[in-house]
Amino acid sequence: MDTFVFFAAAAIAISASILVITQRNPISSVMYLVTSFVAQVILFIKLSAAFLAMLQIIVYAGAIMVLFLFVIMLLNLRREEYGKDIKMRYKPIAVAFAIVLLLEVVVIVNGSELAHRAQASLPADFGSVKAVGVELFTHYLYPFELTSVLLIVAVLGAVVMAKRSL
Amino acid sequence: MVPIEWYLIVAGTIFTIGMIGVIIARNVMIIFMSVELMLNAANLAIVAFSRELAVMGGQIMVFVVMTVAAAEAAVGLAIILALFRVRDTDSANIDHVNLLKW
Repeated sequence: MDTFVFFAAAAIAISASILVITQRNPISSVMYLVTSFVAQVILFIKLSAAFLAMLQIIVYAGAIMVLFLFVIMLLNLRREEYGKDIKMRYKPIAVAFAIVLLLEVVVIVNGSELAHRAQASLPADFGSVKAVGVELFTHYLYPFELTSVLLIVAVLGAVVMAKRSL
Repeated sequence: MVPIEWYLIVAGTIFTIGMIGVIIARNVMIIFMSVELMLNAANLAIVAFSRELAVMGGQIMVFVVMTVAAAEAAVGLAIILALFRVRDTDSANIDHVNLLKW
């Protein structure tokens, strides 16, 4: 059952990802991207990261993807403006890079010691809201404050970029 | 219990798909979505390692990556909006964007 859930989620995530890059219409792309994210949420839960799984649904599949949809609908592209979306000239390059990358992943995963090491024992509340929160506000307080600065800079940047005249 | 290698291979595959998307897609929005796919694949790998090594820091790292992704989406979409305002037709094709300033 465990393995079945993993394979189902992985298959959905990978096939939805492939559909994202092969759609002509960006709106269907966004929908497949959300599907892929939700499938990855299942993998997150199986990796005992419950808080991150909820964050993934709310922030990624919710907020960021809605932002994408807003912009696509705001641009109001007509069908002929979608254009030729796949460029044949770049296909061989992409395939070559993909083969090299996948080979690298397989070689590194095979050659690593991961398979031989005993799995570390997990505390019962690993990945819960409380555990992540305690870690975030004690150990990683400084990086956490920096992320708020990053968000402010991003908001200012977006306003400056999107405004007609400052 | 599913071994961590399988998760890493799934993450690698999704990352590769995102990379192919960035190379072959010509639509600005689809290229941008491929970048999001790659960020997410990296997140999956980090969570897998965090689970395997029983280290909480990995999950904090994913938290930060999500913040970066949100900031990147806001700024990137603002750039795309500005692009469409300057060049009025067919700017969804990335090949038509070849000037730093118009």
